[in-house]
Amino acid sequence: MALLEIENLHTYYGHVHALKGISLTVNEGEIVTLIGANGAGKTTTLRTISGLLRPREGRIVFQGEELNNVPAHEIVYRGISQAPEGRAVFTTLTTNENLSMGAYSLGGDKEAIEENRRRVFKLFPRLEERKNQIAGTLSGGEQQMLAIGRALMARPKLLMLDEPSLGLAPMLVKAIFQTIREINEQGVTILLVEQNARAALKLADKGYVLETGNIVLEGTAEELMGDERVRKAYLGER
Amino acid sequence: MEATFRPWYQQGWFYAFISLFLAAVLVLTGYRLSGPVFLQQLVNGLTIGSFYALIALGYTMVYGVLKLINFAHGDLFMSGAYLGFTFLGMLIGAGLSGQLLWYLLPIFLIVMVIVAIAGVVLERTAYRPLRRAGRLAPVVSALGASIFLENAVMLIYGAKYRSYPKEVIPDVRWAIGGARLTLMQVAMLVTAFLLMAALYIFIHYTRVGTAIRAVALDHDTSRLMGINVNGIITLVFVIGPALGAAGGIMVGLYYGRIYFTLGWVYGLKAFTAAILGGIGNIPGAMVGGLLLGIIEAFATGFVSDAWKNAIAFFILILILIFRPTGLLGERVAEKL
Ligand SMILES: Nc1ncnc2c1ncn2[C@@H]1O[C@H](COP(=O)(O)OP(=O)(O)OP(=O)(O)O)[C@@H](O)[C@H]1O
Ligand SMILES: [Mg+2]
Repeated sequence: MALLEIENLHTYYGHVHALKGISLTVNEGEIVTLIGANGAGKTTTLRTISGLLRPREGRIVFQGEELNNVPAHEIVYRGISQAPEGRAVFTTLTTNENLSMGAYSLGGDKEAIEENRRRVFKLFPRLEERKNQIAGTLSGGEQQMLAIGRALMARPKLLMLDEPSLGLAPMLVKAIFQTIREINEQGVTILLVEQNARAALKLADKGYVLETGNIVLEGTAEELMGDERVRKAYLGER
Repeated sequence: MEATFRPWYQQGWFYAFISLFLAAVLVLTGYRLSGPVFLQQLVNGLTIGSFYALIALGYTMVYGVLKLINFAHGDLFMSGAYLGFTFLGMLIGAGLSGQLLWYLLPIFLIVMVIVAIAGVVLERTAYRPLRRAGRLAPVVSALGASIFLENAVMLIYGAKYRSYPKEVIPDVRWAIGGARLTLMQVAMLVTAFLLMAALYIFIHYTRVGTAIRAVALDHDTSRLMGINVNGIITLVFVIGPALGAAGGIMVGLYYGRIYFTLGWVYGLKAFTAAILGGIGNIPGAMVGGLLLGIIEAFATGFVSDAWKNAIAFFILILILIFRPTGLLGERVAEKL
């Protein structure tokens, strides 16, 4: 069943036509990856789904409901959360306070919040060790864990990750991707934006290739990994 | 990118320590030189400083969430002073002049609510429509709102001084070490302290208070968390003006007279205090306000009243040269 369905989405920044009619489908339980070079429109896609940008045309349908006109701050209540590009942790808040903000949509439900916190700490034990540290002083990798953990605190159905591998050492990328798989196995559907196509396709069930605002290729992860153009442009083969 | 570590001499705690140390040295030498004057000015300074702090909180919180200087904030404070004057006058008119003290709490609450509503209306009409219009347009709008409020009060109440009733808080005095401490001062200090402590606890230990800090850091990411950013901005325009209004009544009670340009006089000082503490930083506004009050009082006590502003601003400039972000304002350690 399609959890998220995007049809013919057009998003602009003023006169800049950043998304030129993209369509994609994310089914329940899947890991779907959106790969593409710098400036392809990956972040724009996620920000449009999250309501931070308004599409000028097209439809975003989540669990059968159209999200086009839902205010950004209500999207998370529908079951979609995002770990944005560049982590964007709240730098002067502690790790724990960042996680609490991730659970803002749960309101005063302390039990659920603490339960989620325990689950996040289980996925990222490092965060528990640093729970009272100011987030701005965490290492880049720890901040990435925090950004993902914070997004998980809302107990989303769909978790969107914008370049979680950005700026991390290969070892850590591996660990983070392993954790993403674990999260998926716990029943969270994942939409993963990546420039690291190799790692993303290894993890994903399905992928879309975005080029300057258009989806130019789509298919299962194996299909894409076997595709000539993908191998040349994104996997660095000749 | 490399992590940005700041050496010890650039850390906030180091400056807090130095400030405390200097304050202690000042207290001790000052006390040896002239105990009574010193103590007296310390008490006076803390009292005035707590007014500055209450007003400064409004500047700093609005700046925090909108990066906007709400120039009309001083005039909201002034409106609070006039509203308090009106309500006290009404009670006296009703023959209750003997019991004014017991009506103070409800008066504070009502005036705080009214001024908070005015603050929200101000945000909706003068600032929100200009949210995307760059940084200069809201400043002009703020100045316009300030002039509007000032003139409105002048037209309603007249341009002359108005006097607060004198008998509201009983004239009780204590002599301590040659200095005079009044019940009025104690009442002011306790009220200001309670208000600030309540705000501090709210901001640091509640869900919505933490959301205010989150919004001050990043609107879009806050929205991703489900925080209604406009709601938080409205809340800030409730809290800031309410605290300012309380400050207004307190200034009226303490000095006994009010005038329609009160907002500019105190607004400038409180704004200075907010910068001194680090604009956008809530504990900073409290520290900055108290510090500015004490500096002014000492300048008055040890030099002369005429020099207090010059000395206060000289010290402000000195502090900003060495710590451009203010005493508690931290440049956030950012990483890529
Ligand atoms: N705020 C903005 N104003 C104008 N143009 C923008 C803005 N943000 C993005 N763009 C443009 O939209 C296009 C898509 O940008 P987007 O950030 O979605 O790319 P991306 O695929 O996420 O790239 P990267 O991998 O570098 O993060 C780019 O051409 C970019 O220049
Ligand atoms: Mg991007």
